[in-house]
Amino acid sequence: MDNILEMNQVETYIGQYHILFGIDLKVRKGGATVLLGRNGGGKTTTLDTIIGLRKPSAGTIILDGEDVTKLPAYEMARKGVGYVPEDRDIFSDLTIEENLLITARKNGGNYQERLDMVLSLFPDMKKYFKKKARVLSGGQAQMLSISRALINDNKLILVDEPSKGLAPLIIAELMEKMNEIKQETTILLVEQNYEMATAVGDYFYFVEDGKTVFECTKEVLLQDESVKQKYLGV
Amino acid sequence: MNTVIQIVFYGLSLSMLFFLLSSGFSLIFGLMGVLNFSHGSMFMWGCYFAYLAYVYTGNFWLMLIAGAVGIGVMGLLMEKFLIRPLKGNHTNQILLTFGLIYVLDELAKIAFGTRAYLVSAPEWLQGSITVGPENIPKYRIFMIIAGIVIFIVMTLLLQKTKLGLIIRAGIDKPRMVQAIGIDVQKVFLVTFALGCALAGLGGAIAVPFMGAYPSIGTEQIFNAVAVVVVGGMGSFLGSFYASLILGFAQYIVSYFFPELAMASTLIIMLVVILFKPNGLFGGKKSE
Ligand SMILES: Nc1ncnc2c1ncn2[C@@H]1O[C@H](COP(=O)(O)OP(=O)(O)O)[C@@H](O)[C@H]1O
Ligand SMILES: [Mg+2]
Repeated sequence: MDNILEMNQVETYIGQYHILFGIDLKVRKGGATVLLGRNGGGKTTTLDTIIGLRKPSAGTIILDGEDVTKLPAYEMARKGVGYVPEDRDIFSDLTIEENLLITARKNGGNYQERLDMVLSLFPDMKKYFKKKARVLSGGQAQMLSISRALINDNKLILVDEPSKGLAPLIIAELMEKMNEIKQETTILLVEQNYEMATAVGDYFYFVEDGKTVFECTKEVLLQDESVKQKYLGV
Repeated sequence: MNTVIQIVFYGLSLSMLFFLLSSGFSLIFGLMGVLNFSHGSMFMWGCYFAYLAYVYTGNFWLMLIAGAVGIGVMGLLMEKFLIRPLKGNHTNQILLTFGLIYVLDELAKIAFGTRAYLVSAPEWLQGSITVGPENIPKYRIFMIIAGIVIFIVMTLLLQKTKLGLIIRAGIDKPRMVQAIGIDVQKVFLVTFALGCALAGLGGAIAVPFMGAYPSIGTEQIFNAVAVVVVGGMGSFLGSFYASLILGFAQYIVSYFFPELAMASTLIIMLVVILFKPNGLFGGKKSE
């Protein structure tokens, strides 16, 4: 099985609104697959559907060969899927340490080893370890959110627009870290920042009006100007 | 001097009663978004469970346990069979918990009639002790200590245990708690039962002081709502401080102008809603 995740013709409603009309994608093991596309296209809803925070009304989702279409979020997490949501969703009333402790699972690997890895990747987390997460800056909050996904030995992490609202210098740092992280696990990344997307991503899907409309390798994306123009409006 | 000492002790004991009544109400709302209007009626049934336990065992401690456990189990059943099937629909929840007020109150009237049942405090809590020139009933002092002990126990639970971390995280980011692998349904069940058990314990502690009678629930739910509005929805610490504010205010006002006691609570509540709609001590932002 080369694909850690497969989505076949996945459709999702939010309340009475039909949002996803047919998401088809395959995420290969290792490396980073990126979802691109304009705002409101359905990228976040796609990630929410994968993790089980939203229930698909049609289609199938296969994780590592297993049908997980109907699983609730807590079971998806226990199967080794980490989530770094668009608005970071750090637990602001908890300390950095508590944010990580509460996320660590029994089946998530050796906690101390994972913690050492996370703290060496993001030294700021060590600095604020015993402080409430609400004191963190935007960039630090993003790093905590990513740390949380890394504290378990996850086989797939979903990362939604990590660069959103961050200063260019922080984005550059984040880019480096993401490239380190993808040596360890598989990333499914949503990213609007073209530079970040191409610096991190290996394979690309374009999501438009709730559908995957185009896919390509990094080489094609970098070389073929018409692709950029058509799907990103660049 | 007399008055000050009396106000301190009587105000504090009333505050602690408010705290027991409201902390569970606030916790449940903070985590689950459920406004359980029947919380006062559960307090009332806590009084009756305690009364019955006292009649059959004559043991004061068993009486307190009966109030807490009895209403805790009632909360467990209520969450599982009534709240959960509503799938988070707030309108239906409000209709349900409002309806339950009538059901629980009528059941109490059918079972016990409308008269008040009194239970005397155990001998060691009868009489009073002298503080300066003033005699303070021992039972008042017991209520104050009980409130403080429960405040400390709950604070430790929320700050130091894994369940506490999950509850605090869930109050803040309910979706994310599920996405890190926590079965939030189970946490809801435990928290709902715990919140109800606190109401039951409050009722049990109140019996030797106020007696058990059907309308005590509807009298008290107003105070619980007021505490939560003033303290901030879902803020545990907020419900403690707000209980102090409202308890003292109600006692002081009733000392000088007995007929204005409830009005004082209403006025404080309105002022807070006008100037700090999220409560004095933060708490969950209204959605
Ligand atoms: N809670 C919601 N209720 C109704 N519509 C929503 C909700 N969340 C998102 N949508 C709609 O779903 C579409 C896709 O949103 P989203 O998945 O957030 O897109 P993206 O992440 O690509 O910007 C948008 O048109 C958005 O307006
Ligand atoms: Mg989005």
